[in-house]
Amino acid sequence: MKSPVTFRLNGSATAVFADSGANLLDVLRRGCGDLSPKYGCGQGTCGACTVLIDGEPHVSCLVLAETVAGRSVETTGGLSNGPDLHPLQRAFIEGFAAQCGYCTPGMLMSAKALLDRNPNPARSDVEEAISGNLCRCTGYEPIIDAILEAAKQRGAA
Amino acid sequence: MAIHHGRGFASINYPIGMNLGGDPSQALVHSTPDGKFKVTLSSIDLGQGIKSVGRQLAAETLGVPVEDVFVDTADSDTGPHDMGSFASRGTHRMGNAIIRAATEARAQLLEAAAEELEVDASDLVTDGRGNIHVKGAPSRSITVEATATAAQFNQGRTLAGRGMFLVPLSEVDRDTGEMTPVSSFAHAALIIDLTVDDETGEVEVQHINSAYEVGRALNPRLVEQQLIGGAWMGVSHALYETTEPYYPDRSHGPIDFNHYLQPGPGDAVPHHISVLERPAPDAPFGGKGPGEMCANPVLPAIANAVFNAVGVECDSLPITPEKVLRGIRANGGARPQGRPGA
Repeated sequence: MKSPVTFRLNGSATAVFADSGANLLDVLRRGCGDLSPKYGCGQGTCGACTVLIDGEPHVSCLVLAETVAGRSVETTGGLSNGPDLHPLQRAFIEGFAAQCGYCTPGMLMSAKALLDRNPNPARSDVEEAISGNLCRCTGYEPIIDAILEAAKQRGAA
Repeated sequence: MAIHHGRGFASINYPIGMNLGGDPSQALVHSTPDGKFKVTLSSIDLGQGIKSVGRQLAAETLGVPVEDVFVDTADSDTGPHDMGSFASRGTHRMGNAIIRAATEARAQLLEAAAEELEVDASDLVTDGRGNIHVKGAPSRSITVEATATAAQFNQGRTLAGRGMFLVPLSEVDRDTGEMTPVSSFAHAALIIDLTVDDETGEVEVQHINSAYEVGRALNPRLVEQQLIGGAWMGVSHALYETTEPYYPDRSHGPIDFNHYLQPGPGDAVPHHISVLERPAPDAPFGGKGPGEMCANPVLPAIANAVFNAVGVECDSLPITPEKVLRGIRANGGARPQGRPGA
């Protein structure tokens, strides 16, 4: 049984038919064709599928798609403004904060939620904000540095 | 009950690739009609950076801008044979293959340019910015793009190269047993500073200081990135990760990321790295691979530091609080080993 779900995806009005009980990650990837949130563990422990719902970070594999009706969903796919990368994306590239890249979209969304509510985070705030996002390659240090650098760049802009 | 400081040291000689002979890697390079070059490999880039380093090696050898080279990896249906991305072998083995392929392609590029300029190919040089000109006469020049177009649409040539790297088999001397088992070694030394809580058994790594000798660091930022991430994994294996249960039997083992312990972002350890560059003669532009040895020396250094802190010798990994506490109890209390000269 499919039901229509309408919501805003990265600022655009979006309508999609979702299987009842389908999770948001599946609907974003298959229904909307937005492949930026990644499927990692499928049980909310790795954070690779993190998206923002009304500005708050959620692991989209544990969110029922129907519950985002009428709400706003942001993914890494909507972070850049055309060719202009988000300060977080630039800082991740310049700080070599990605290796295999699988955790990167989730890291970026957790970091965006942090910077949107706290433009001048302390190092410990960053550690807390990404504590639900696993990374096996970087040792976290370059990611934490990149997020702090993006906060600095946004403050300067 | 107290917090004890400990310092541990480990050094490592790490062989690059599978040795004793063989371990082949192959690469193909060809130009597009507009003078860009494609490097085709079956190597996997899982974040270690063979795409970036392969691109640099090919551009440097071809004599064209790095922006004009594209590396296509990881399809064994369309790429030539490679043993794989493991054993710290990618940069060394595949790098050598890429250089050979690019050398052959460069020779064809210069032949095609020579035909257009009506000169001898041995008189031609590249400027690394997309131009080919006569040695000492920069005005007699042609672009790489025009050369590729002429080669493919007028001359009927390919601008392509094949590259292969194979480690020669090392024969054993029957009298002495002497042989050359390894083609190339990388080296590292690493010092761990940590604390051990003799009440909880918890180990907290506070600093890593390391020196890595990787030949030439072909891409210094990628080398540093790999060393930092690899050391994190070393800490993780030394102190956290196991598929075995800590308690009574296998059914209590970890089944997902909630139970499989790893250090989180709050446990990141400051790591000071010195990269020493001693270009290796058989390596691509002297570059060996940091690869696996990013993680390896961390484990014995931590075990040594735990012994230094509380006198407990752990002979199995990970060094969990339980093992540390059992060791302290068996010794009748913490036995800090001190530090000579400290």
